[in-house]
Amino acid sequence: MYTVSNKLKIGAIILMVVGALGIVTGFLSAPSNVAEAKAMVASHGDSHGESHGDVVKVIDEGHGSYKEEGHAMTEAEHDEHVFHQLANKPWAALYVAAFFFFMIALGVLAFYAIQRAAQAGWSPLLFRVMEGITSYIVPGGIIVFVILVLSVMHMNHLFVWMDQTVVDKDVLLQGKAGYLDPTFFLIRAAIFLAGWIGYREYSRKLSLAQDESDDNSNFKLNFRISAAFLVFYLISESIMSWDWIMSVDPHWFSTLFGWYIFASMFVSGITVIAMVTIYLKSKGYLEEVNDSHIHDLAKFMFGISIFWTYLWFSQFMLIWYANIPEEVTYYITRIEDYNLPFFGMVAMNFLFPVLLLMNSDYKRLNWFVVMAGIVILAGHYMDIFNAIMPSTVGDQWYIGIPEIGAILFFAGLFIFWIFRALASAPLQPKRNPFIEESRHFHY
Amino acid sequence: MASKVIQAFYNDDDVLMHAVKKVKAAKHHIEEVYCPFPVHGLDKAMGLEPTRIAITSFMYGCVGLTVAIVMMNFIMIEDWPQDIGGKPSFSYIENMPAFVPIMFELTVFFAAHLMVITFYLRSRLWPFKEAENPDLRTTDDHFLMEIEIHDNEAELMSLLSDTGAVEINVSEKDLH
Repeated sequence: MYTVSNKLKIGAIILMVVGALGIVTGFLSAPSNVAEAKAMVASHGDSHGESHGDVVKVIDEGHGSYKEEGHAMTEAEHDEHVFHQLANKPWAALYVAAFFFFMIALGVLAFYAIQRAAQAGWSPLLFRVMEGITSYIVPGGIIVFVILVLSVMHMNHLFVWMDQTVVDKDVLLQGKAGYLDPTFFLIRAAIFLAGWIGYREYSRKLSLAQDESDDNSNFKLNFRISAAFLVFYLISESIMSWDWIMSVDPHWFSTLFGWYIFASMFVSGITVIAMVTIYLKSKGYLEEVNDSHIHDLAKFMFGISIFWTYLWFSQFMLIWYANIPEEVTYYITRIEDYNLPFFGMVAMNFLFPVLLLMNSDYKRLNWFVVMAGIVILAGHYMDIFNAIMPSTVGDQWYIGIPEIGAILFFAGLFIFWIFRALASAPLQPKRNPFIEESRHFHY
Repeated sequence: MASKVIQAFYNDDDVLMHAVKKVKAAKHHIEEVYCPFPVHGLDKAMGLEPTRIAITSFMYGCVGLTVAIVMMNFIMIEDWPQDIGGKPSFSYIENMPAFVPIMFELTVFFAAHLMVITFYLRSRLWPFKEAENPDLRTTDDHFLMEIEIHDNEAELMSLLSDTGAVEINVSEKDLH
């Protein structure tokens, strides 16, 4: 039985408190009206006017779908625009961090279901670790859902299509109104969360029942529901990515977006499994987990990092190559306003893991896997940041107190919750049919 | 130089593994082991060095990537920077996404093919090469361990017959 050390508990609580202070600071310093926003921009003394002028010019070059921004903006319109971007900042920071940590748990859940459905022989020793991490989808999912409900209640302007006055002026949004309907949006989110949480709780129950049972019926049932869950997951994850991420930019669409977000959550999830396993092993709780298990996880980190890059590049290159105005604005805003985060993320998520984790010996060095894991996690935070921020705060982005505060808060909550769950059951399954194979796993 | 070798036959890979460990423990040099299929862990038991072929492959991949970059940069950017459908041929980086598929494929092509050729050269494999098989059964269902004799034939005989060998022969052999 694992007990959470006091150090870890206090550390997590400190993270949450510091993070909550950061989030509150973010909300307090956000402008509440146009005049305040104007004063803030002026006091920063940045060249916002000019840089924004560039964007408008780029958009002006015949990008029909952005016409309402493209025609010369009056100064009042411009100030109103900047006010909305600044007011969105703390919300977007909160949403990015909330979704990022939620998606880690969801990625682990997908990995867990795949291990069960594939009847993998190496991983049963790690099932309890994965179940511990997936426990976060309950609080994490509820927090994301609450943020979505607050968006529907017009507490923020994260999703521009939720604003009826915008939709009335926008033919494109009117065309999508059948799908992008606030009520339908919340119903979809509720169904997906219910499905994911339901599978997680049921599978965990069966996994614990298998330890006490004297036949394998729980294991077999778990195998079947995991296979069924994967079908549900593939569909729901795809739709979730359109709803929760792609729809912050409702004029833009991409077909492989769901897979792209999936790759991001999958590799972050596997990275967190590896890091939590290494932590527990270093504390002496997982004696039977050997270097070969870590090696396998590191191989997954390596492979899925490349898979993510493949999808990122496929999406980028197709749009760059064809250069169709209605699609390419997505990348133009990112390359113009987010140059370093946008390309820095590719270096963190591709170059770094590829070069570090290529060597077979390095994949067995725990500190090497942890270092690579930290970079991968930071890179995938930047990935979600790059997906949400350009459409919500535009060129007013900055990684400051609200963003870091939100990361710290959710990191603290994540650590607190998953280690509490890890301490609630023995860390090693007792009578999984594959447990012997997993114990002797050797690569 | 012709010399005498002792050849012990086994019909089970487990028995072979034990025999290899025993012979190694008795500090005899194993000349060669012939198997009909890969025996997991045999290289470790024999104390063979790990292969470095993955390292050569990585270097070949780097060569392939360089070839792709230099080639595309010369052809598309330096030699004749035409406007083809509005693609920006002003500098390599501006047009790079279009070159990535070629960069990727040439990296894989060089890494794979040169590594395979390296393998053939290092393992001395080529068409019309004369097979170096000491006994036909080793390609079907027998394992063969070969040890060079240095005036210790009787000692080796007794050691090998203890390891569960199904047949032990002494033969003259050309050692390279």
